Amino acid sequence: MAQATTTAPVIAAQSINKIFKPGSAEQVVALQDINLTVQAGEFVSLIGPSGCGKSTLLRLIADLIPPTSGDLKVNNKTPHQARLDRDYGMVFQAATLYDWRTVSKNVQLPLEIMGYPAAQRKARAQEMLELVELGKFANHYPWQLSGGMQQRVAIARALAFEPSLLLMDEPFGALDEFTRERMNMELLRIWQRTGITVIFVTHSIPEAVFLSSRVVVMSPRPGRITRVIDIDLPYPRVFETRELPRFFELVTDVREHLRDAHGG
Amino acid sequence: MAEISQIVESAYEETAQPRLRRLRERFLYYLPAILVAVSVLVVWELVVRVFNIQQFLLPRPSAILDAFLAETQLFVTRGGSILFEAAGATLWSAVGGFAIGGGAGILIALVTARWTIISQALMPFAIAANSVPIIAFAPITNNWFGLTNPASKMAIVAIIVFFPVMINTVRGLTLVEPRQLELMQSYAASPFKILRALRIPNALPYIFSALRVASALSVIGAVVAEFFGGPRATLGVFITQVASSFDFARAWTGIIMASLIGIGFYLLVLFVERRLMPWHVSFRDGG
Repeated sequence: MAQATTTAPVIAAQSINKIFKPGSAEQVVALQDINLTVQAGEFVSLIGPSGCGKSTLLRLIADLIPPTSGDLKVNNKTPHQARLDRDYGMVFQAATLYDWRTVSKNVQLPLEIMGYPAAQRKARAQEMLELVELGKFANHYPWQLSGGMQQRVAIARALAFEPSLLLMDEPFGALDEFTRERMNMELLRIWQRTGITVIFVTHSIPEAVFLSSRVVVMSPRPGRITRVIDIDLPYPRVFETRELPRFFELVTDVREHLRDAHGG
Repeated sequence: MAEISQIVESAYEETAQPRLRRLRERFLYYLPAILVAVSVLVVWELVVRVFNIQQFLLPRPSAILDAFLAETQLFVTRGGSILFEAAGATLWSAVGGFAIGGGAGILIALVTARWTIISQALMPFAIAANSVPIIAFAPITNNWFGLTNPASKMAIVAIIVFFPVMINTVRGLTLVEPRQLELMQSYAASPFKILRALRIPNALPYIFSALRVASALSVIGAVVAEFFGGPRATLGVFITQVASSFDFARAWTGIIMASLIGIGFYLLVLFVERRLMPWHVSFRDGG
């Protein structure tokens, strides 16, 4: 049983379709015939223009919305069961912290819901805050932190209960370029330290290339996967990685596939 | 020059006791309001004196103050002042009605927010009832509970307080950011845990803004309900009686007492609010 779950892919999507308001005049085909397999420990980015359904795909995996048809397995279970088993942590574009909780209490939120004892919650939250280098801010309120720091708290919160899968929906989209690059480094460091599987939605090509082991290029109306590109940049990825010729080649590669997908 | 003044300033900042400085800031913050209050009283006094306005139209502030001090003296020395007795009775009606109406409003909102169908069925009626002048029912509750029974005033106050508190609580419990709900769903949180960890904290600012309004309304409701009749030692009855015997300065002491109760009650609610929600936006600056 344990063997079966370790060998099965983390995500197995076959012929997934998602249609919003089917049968009505405003019917939208958000996703069409999506096939995607993600193995444990991968860092996979979903990239594409607005309306390509990349966030929708993430929300299907998270069981926040159901697919219209197709077969989707998360850790070899239905997404619903995976959600009930707390298999994934989620990070949204906005940090979505609770104003009435301190930073530490925000990180403890999932642990509280899952019934961890208080002492363990506190220790775990502190550990996670150290991981995102915010250990000194445990007793601050969210509004006392910058946007980048808030997003790091959200990441700490998503990792607090040690899920095997991290789903990130444009987590750094609202940050300035400089902060975003620092957050990318930090996310890679966490990914390598924890061995967690990451599905990362973005519309930034350099970000996708820098972070990922694979980039999934999507096209809009209807949302389809047009290309999957392996990123063979060496690890550890450092600041200078962005200056490698191979980095530029891969960025160009992704960009061209995005343009093809967009129809010119 | 600029450098020197900077040095002096920073030296001051270091040496001045932070408590003292805070007090000074507080004082400067309230100074304009104090000045307005003082000048209104001065102008009032002058206008009444200069134009020789009849005291049944408008007594002088100094005359009202004299009457108030006389009542206070009665209260302190003989332990019996109709004004203070009346204030106690009216306060009791207002607070009792506030507690019953506010408590029921929050409780029913919690129940209806849990079962959305009930809240959808009830909300239109609640909103309609909220715009009805409930005080018009005062003669009816006087009949129900008896003219001299404080319950007749509490009932009016409770109904006045109930609707805004209930409506606002339902709003606060249901107007939750979709992302914050999705976060809870991603944890597979039970409805009860979503209520406790998200909906109730989210509703607190809504509840307190209703309670603040309700605290003022409850005193108004109690006094006006007493205008329709009640025991002699209540502010509403006191004001009507001394006014009808042309003792206008004393009537004004009743009005001022009612105002003091209203303001005090409001400040109490505000104080509890600040203690319960130190995180809230409105308290971040100057708090």
